Amino acid sequence: MDSVRKLGALALFGLRRAGRMGLFLGKTFLFALSPPLKIRQLLREIHFIGFQSTLVIFLTGAFSGMVLGLQGYYTLNRFGSEAFLGPMVGLALVKELGPVLAALMVTGRAGSAMAAEIGIMRITEQIDALALMGLNPFRYLIVPKLLAGIITVPLLTAIFDVIGIFGGYLVGVKLLGVGRGVYFGEMANYIDMKDILGGLYKSLSFGALIAWICSYKGYYTGFGAEGVSKATTQAVVLSSVSILVWDYFMTSLLF
Amino acid sequence: MIRIENLHKSFDGLKVLQDVSFEVGKGEILALIGGSGSGKSVLLKHIARLMRPERGRIFIDGRDLGSLKGKELEEVRSRLGFIFQGGALFDSLTVYENVAFPLREKTELSENEIREKVLNELDQVGLKAAENKYPAQISGGMAKRVSLARSLVRNPEIMLIDEPTTGLDPVTSHQILTLIDSCHKRLGFTGIIVTHALIKVFEIVQKVAMLHEGKILAVGTPDEILSSTDPVVQEFVTFSFECPFPIPDYISSRRGTALRQITSGKGKRGIL
Repeated sequence: MDSVRKLGALALFGLRRAGRMGLFLGKTFLFALSPPLKIRQLLREIHFIGFQSTLVIFLTGAFSGMVLGLQGYYTLNRFGSEAFLGPMVGLALVKELGPVLAALMVTGRAGSAMAAEIGIMRITEQIDALALMGLNPFRYLIVPKLLAGIITVPLLTAIFDVIGIFGGYLVGVKLLGVGRGVYFGEMANYIDMKDILGGLYKSLSFGALIAWICSYKGYYTGFGAEGVSKATTQAVVLSSVSILVWDYFMTSLLF
Repeated sequence: MIRIENLHKSFDGLKVLQDVSFEVGKGEILALIGGSGSGKSVLLKHIARLMRPERGRIFIDGRDLGSLKGKELEEVRSRLGFIFQGGALFDSLTVYENVAFPLREKTELSENEIREKVLNELDQVGLKAAENKYPAQISGGMAKRVSLARSLVRNPEIMLIDEPTTGLDPVTSHQILTLIDSCHKRLGFTGIIVTHALIKVFEIVQKVAMLHEGKILAVGTPDEILSSTDPVVQEFVTFSFECPFPIPDYISSRRGTALRQITSGKGKRGIL
């Protein structure tokens, strides 16, 4: 009987948390869709989440493409199908690896900082100070992060894809001797707009997911330095897992 | 101006505020005194509606704070200035930017007008030279003064001041309270100040409320509180004004040079 009660309490706790997260997202979208929009804050967040993540996206994109080129070549070589290296690298990046890896990189670099920044503002009463100036903390802090996530993650994913395709080209064509025309020609034959749009939709939703979870965790942080540290860790873990879970559902819906 | 009626609040079953009621008239400053953990800061946060009571109501200019939403609440809050215990300065902004922030966000003033107002306010609190420093680069006392300047730059009608002297040395504490007094005389705001520095604060306030274990034990003028017969009030006031333990000889023998005799402004009360 006691274990049933505990299970019920746990379920209620989970439901309450899910409800609070849902309300947090709903409130953010409500303020995002109603003026005024804090343009200066939005540009600052786009610079932070987007521009400052380009180097890490460049590096991970290049090496992901290169390793795909290498592994793909040796696998396809067994069947004498090296000509399909281009489509293999391109499709893997555009449909799956580009959106997912770019989102995971943004989570690690910018999502953790988002949670920590909001968390520190919460424990040092800076969020209360904002509210007491007659400024809505959602409009001022959370909405710019959500919009910046939705704008920048697809752009970063596009950079990841392009750099990755050139990484695969470097290894497949320059190092292992696949024909340049074959690499790009077959890629153009096999990748259509639906694949590219599918990747775009995924990255859009990942951008919103990262900003939502990381901002939420920071906003409802625990007490003191330990609370912020826990909130930051939870934000990164929950965002990363959610990206992979959501990716499965998006894939099953889109492709 | 501020009226609190039968306020109740508890956290996880622990009663923090019980049936709290008092009033602060326009232009008055009320000192909220009481031991640590008696619910003073919680009460102040209720008045700013950073917390919601379980029961009871708070009125500002006759408007029930609990019934306000959205723009109405923002409008009432924009008339409030709040000085937090830790200052709550935006740590990514300089001292100048912190003070300019509410003007940039809530007014249509030009950058030149903002600069003039901000520098004037920083001058008033004696921090003009620190305008380019970040909060991490200034002392606790300076942070409190910046926080005061940030609140005053908007000409608030109501100031809520939470322990402005906590963690500061006696000289800086005295300076901060003198500064609050001069700002009150200059701007005429209504205020509530939570503090333990009773000697100075009794000089500058018109009313005092004593909070003990979540209940208001006494409300009145400083004179009425000083002559209160309530044993808890008496003990608190006595311990705040007079040294509660024997002064060691090595201190008392040097008292003439090391210590200043302190007066309460309502007659001499203490020796330390």
